[in-house]
Amino acid sequence: MTSATAAGSRRRALRRIRSNVMVGLMLAAVILAVLPLVLILATLVIKGASSLNVAFFTRMPVPAGEVGGGVAHAIVGTLIIVGVASLMGLPIGIAAGIYCAEYRSSRLTWITRFVADVLNGTPSIVIGVFAWTLIVARQKHFSALAGSSALAMLMIPMVLRTTEEMIKLVPNSLREAALALGYPRWRTTLGVVVRSTLPGIVTGSMLAVARIAGETAPLLFTALGSQYFSTKLNQPMAALPLTVFTYATGPYEEWHRFAWASALVLILVVFLLSVAARLTIGRKRHG
Amino acid sequence: MAEPARRLATESLTARYGTFAAVKDVSLAFAGHQVHALIGPSGCGKSTFLRSLNRMHELTEGATVEGRVLLDGEDVYDARVNAMQLRRRVGMVFQKPTPFPMLSVYENVAAGLRVSSPVGKVRGKALDDVVEKALRQAALWDEVKDRLKKSAMALSGGQQQRLCIARTIAPEPEVILLDEPTASLDPQGTQRIEDLLFDLRQAFTIVIVTHNMQQAARVSDTTTFFYVGEMIETGPTRRIFTAPRQEQTEAYITGRFG
Repeated sequence: MTSATAAGSRRRALRRIRSNVMVGLMLAAVILAVLPLVLILATLVIKGASSLNVAFFTRMPVPAGEVGGGVAHAIVGTLIIVGVASLMGLPIGIAAGIYCAEYRSSRLTWITRFVADVLNGTPSIVIGVFAWTLIVARQKHFSALAGSSALAMLMIPMVLRTTEEMIKLVPNSLREAALALGYPRWRTTLGVVVRSTLPGIVTGSMLAVARIAGETAPLLFTALGSQYFSTKLNQPMAALPLTVFTYATGPYEEWHRFAWASALVLILVVFLLSVAARLTIGRKRHG
Repeated sequence: MAEPARRLATESLTARYGTFAAVKDVSLAFAGHQVHALIGPSGCGKSTFLRSLNRMHELTEGATVEGRVLLDGEDVYDARVNAMQLRRRVGMVFQKPTPFPMLSVYENVAAGLRVSSPVGKVRGKALDDVVEKALRQAALWDEVKDRLKKSAMALSGGQQQRLCIARTIAPEPEVILLDEPTASLDPQGTQRIEDLLFDLRQAFTIVIVTHNMQQAARVSDTTTFFYVGEMIETGPTRRIFTAPRQEQTEAYITGRFG
């Protein structure tokens, strides 16, 4: 009797130890996964935060060697390029995603999904070169619009796949319930299926916007970058990733500080978009 | 023309999934203002038969139908019949409650009225009245009248199913098809639905598929027994359960198989 109890408590102790070891291993894995993000943020804050002031957001760059100035042109440029890219990419991506989810067995769906998967895996610099060939080389000049087009091409497959996955989660019974009420197919899709997944689609879209906001390679061949403030879509335009690239590879200490600060602003924008996306998921669905 | 009491009838109805015939050559008539139960073991074709009546069957890929389904004498598979309009006349309630998750209780009940023709569109106070009437008919009004604007997902499973019934009857269909409406409910929820069916037959023609023979015996006026896609026997519920004429029917209702 006593020996049985002793064996039992020994087994329990062993089990507890094993459990603690496993939890410890998982914690270590979590720390390893989060560590790069923390290090990146810390480096950016340490190296870039000191250069952040009102002028950084509102002023134009000053000639090399002078102190002060800002990257207002690049911030506005990024907003314009990404905004136009979203206007092009989101509607196409979402509509194609809805099609693929609602007409699963059609041949076009199979092809679309395959192409989207290939495009998702295509390096962004290839998309940039493609946009260069398609638009820049023909027009014979760089333009913000070409940059937006390249980014839109990157967005479409991402948004398509997330939209499709979100819509696939809608149980078929919900579709049937709407159809049984006499809903036409299009209204079932838009009014019931899409509407009930709207938070998910919005989240997927915002994550895609965040992803492309930091893209550099496609813009090198298209929007090119600029030292001047411009809102003209058919002209070269500055963008934060390009500013980071230019300043970081430049020879001046002041430029390097600007590169760090620009990178910090860029990552904050992406971070805010991601947080907004997460908040939309958490929001109550009914409304 | 069919006699007025016969609202709905099938003539040699065969329903297939690809080459597999789930319903074979069934001719059956449903009298108006009655509860008609379809019973039989799983896979006997009773659900497929039900789904053929409001043309939900054809939404499944590869599904085809032969024969005729007559609603007030008119073949619902006629090329001139619009399936959407038909489904507004022949409503359907499913096994699992399917309230629209993004809509409020009120909007769920009103959903069917939002798609009816623009001419007959109900709005404002008139819509409020229709919603209240449907919820009262579904015996749900007292439980939800203070939370009409709240999400339908906050209701219990049984309440959600009654909400679905309210949503189905709000556009005032002529026929209501119920596909095992209590299969996912607890005994209390089941009883409320059964009580409800008893009252609803005054206004509607009801066809209910059920696994539960006691339920068929409790709620229906007429019972039809299906077995491997064929209609074996149909008749007044009392007779089917006390003096079945077919051996298979007797074997099933006495619990020897199924």
